[in-house]
Amino acid sequence: MVGELKSGAPLLRLRGVRKAFGNAQALRAADLEIAPGEVHALVGENGAGKSTLMSILGGSLSPDSGEMEFLGAPFRPVHPREAGNLGVSLVHQELALAPDLDVEANICLGREKSRLGFVLPQTARVREVLSWLGYGRLDPKARVGDLGVAERQIVEIARALFHDARLILMDEPTSSLPAADAESLFAMIARLKARGVSVVYISHFLEEVARVADRITVLRDGETVAAGLPAETPVRDILAAMVGRPVAEIFPSSPRNIGDTLLDVRAWVCGTGAAPASFSLRRGQILGLAGLVGSGRSSLLRSLAGLRPHSSGQAIWAKTAETMADSQGRARAEPGKRIGFLSEDRKEEGLALNLSVRANAALADLNRFRGPAGLLRLGAEAEAVRAVCAKLRVRYRHLDQPVGALSGGNQQKVALSRLLLGDSEVWLLDEPTRGVDVGAKAEIYALVSRAAAEGKAVLWAGSHLPELFGMCDSLAVMHRGNMSPVKPVGLWSESEVMAWATSGSGGKA
Amino acid sequence: MRAKLRGLVPYLGLAGSFLLFTALGPAAFHGAYNLKTILTQSVIVGVGAMGMTFVIISGGIDLSVGSLIAFATVAMARILNLYGEAVPVWLPWAAGAGAVAVGALGGLCNGFLSARLRIVPFIVTLGTMQIFRGGAKWLAHEQTVTAPATWLNGLMEVDPAPAWLWLAPGVWVLLLLAAAVSVILRYTVFGRHVYALGSNEATARLCGVPVVRRRLLIYMLGGALAGLAGVLQFANLTLGDPTAAEGMELDIIAAVVIGGGSLRGGQGRAAGSLLGALLMAVLRNGCNMAGIPNYLQNIVVGAIIIGAMGLDRLGSKP
Repeated sequence: MVGELKSGAPLLRLRGVRKAFGNAQALRAADLEIAPGEVHALVGENGAGKSTLMSILGGSLSPDSGEMEFLGAPFRPVHPREAGNLGVSLVHQELALAPDLDVEANICLGREKSRLGFVLPQTARVREVLSWLGYGRLDPKARVGDLGVAERQIVEIARALFHDARLILMDEPTSSLPAADAESLFAMIARLKARGVSVVYISHFLEEVARVADRITVLRDGETVAAGLPAETPVRDILAAMVGRPVAEIFPSSPRNIGDTLLDVRAWVCGTGAAPASFSLRRGQILGLAGLVGSGRSSLLRSLAGLRPHSSGQAIWAKTAETMADSQGRARAEPGKRIGFLSEDRKEEGLALNLSVRANAALADLNRFRGPAGLLRLGAEAEAVRAVCAKLRVRYRHLDQPVGALSGGNQQKVALSRLLLGDSEVWLLDEPTRGVDVGAKAEIYALVSRAAAEGKAVLWAGSHLPELFGMCDSLAVMHRGNMSPVKPVGLWSESEVMAWATSGSGGKA
Repeated sequence: MRAKLRGLVPYLGLAGSFLLFTALGPAAFHGAYNLKTILTQSVIVGVGAMGMTFVIISGGIDLSVGSLIAFATVAMARILNLYGEAVPVWLPWAAGAGAVAVGALGGLCNGFLSARLRIVPFIVTLGTMQIFRGGAKWLAHEQTVTAPATWLNGLMEVDPAPAWLWLAPGVWVLLLLAAAVSVILRYTVFGRHVYALGSNEATARLCGVPVVRRRLLIYMLGGALAGLAGVLQFANLTLGDPTAAEGMELDIIAAVVIGGGSLRGGQGRAAGSLLGALLMAVLRNGCNMAGIPNYLQNIVVGAIIIGAMGLDRLGSKP
């Protein structure tokens, strides 16, 4: 099944691969060469054709033309199963597992060994693969739906190894991982490499790419614009290749005047075991909230937005001295009126993907468009949505286009447009640039900092430190529900933030 | 923890409603004869629920089973009438096989329309529910079809012909079937794929599970077991009735869901569905025995279905 390779020959070689969807040319000239046992990063903006290329390699799409060779033989899988049998496995961005099945069943799915239709257990081999990956503690009989994101990813990688993959394609593997788990993923990639398995690594985090990859290939508009760059290539040059122009300054340095306190949060406790947090949100200020996934960042934002109860504490509107909490101890956020919340989970919660751009944007504040007899004034609605989309530079074809058809960056802008349409004073942003490409990230940075300059108070929760340092005025770090003191970003160092995030204290101090 | 609690729901529901009617109803309710009667009354819904278990775990739904059951009874009656009064020995077998085949064929239609043509199963089977019912009426010339008496009529006798059987043959059929379904779901590749399809169809496709073929088989199996339920329905009625089992699909679906089946797919168990069917029988029988007027019966049955599910909800509050 798996052939052997002459020394020095590439494991995989693509030349001039083309693929069109209708009129859209997703790939026009994609080249890629992967050596055995190499970690090769594939970078590019969203829409550059990375995912299309991955789908072609993984066998779920067929190219229109171009040469593809794997292990020295022509390679043109017509089904994911065929690619898998040849030794190419895809670890998906949206983890592709059946949550109701156990670990072993997921690993064997579609290729179960059986006699007379009865499944032969593979528990021993599954356990062997898991422990080789350093996850021997993962029970093959555990239900996948009960596992965390990181463990699910292990299951996917184990699935690839279990079927003797020579090349593993990882699409944004760290996008949903907390930093500590990302570290163990990197360690795992190193072991795969030592075993002679090649990895194609797609990521938006260029710092990460520089650490993990041996070489880097850059795609732009369906074309390979730089092939096999060494990992030492400066991030600036990679960015320039990705966007096709030199990138001067990705974080806007708009001068902001920090004004009055808008919302005073006092001794706020959400969740058990959390210490009370006190801070204030001020006009013109972007307050960053760092911390690992699961550190309580999201819970804090969600409780402030009234999406989950908090156990004690008050949030007080400074101007009117009115508290946000009603008698039941649940925050009354009046969504869209004064507090705007951006969900970290755009697909599941943030947007209704099959609804139109117009419906999604206007959803935050439909009352505004209510006319006589309670009917919606569709004209006014369209006008308002169009205006806000223009302001955010959302690229869409028409207002009634389903929002799911837009790219990730544009989807996120539609989600953000709600905060603008709803006239929110306080913006609670949970991972606002997740799954968004470099170009759109820059636009979101500019947009948020403009909003702050116009007097909004922004609370920005995120994991990506350069982003938090670039965007925020002040920063606090969460660890297991406890919040560090708020300090201006200038007084934080990255290592201090990491120390707080991982141990809940200031490290050396 | 949560899953464990969910697994208890059918047991608690069954025990609860049994105790309720023991308290409310006459002593005869919990007499041995009535218990055997309840078991017998659960058979038709139970057999249908076994097929529905596959369909629901795979993330589908089949509203046409009630109509298929009726169709099967009519088909059986027609086959039994082929040789007039002199019924050959093999004819009852052929009639039974015919009923199962009719069901399988109907299921295949459902599977083809939903899996191959990708029409939502709810809509497909909402349509075929009407079509199969119409087909049954056509085959029966819009009236019940009498048939010569054969051993088939004894399948649902509470006191069966060879007394050592102790329970109606239909009950044994159901129990054996439930055991088989349980084994298939748990230990076969096909069973794995049923869960995988309902849990995440995209993943299943990606991993090389032949999605369309599996769905065809699942609906066919569901239909075939509806056909088998039709055989038992025929035994109950001793004739073919195109208006039989009207609305029974809802009892069947309720049985599966009470038994732990998830309408979103990926979850469900044969034993649970069996208990669910039993619960439905206890409810109907208990209401009758307790002399609860018909209108109240409907209300009680409905309330208990919701209550059983609410029990699950209450336990799983975060």
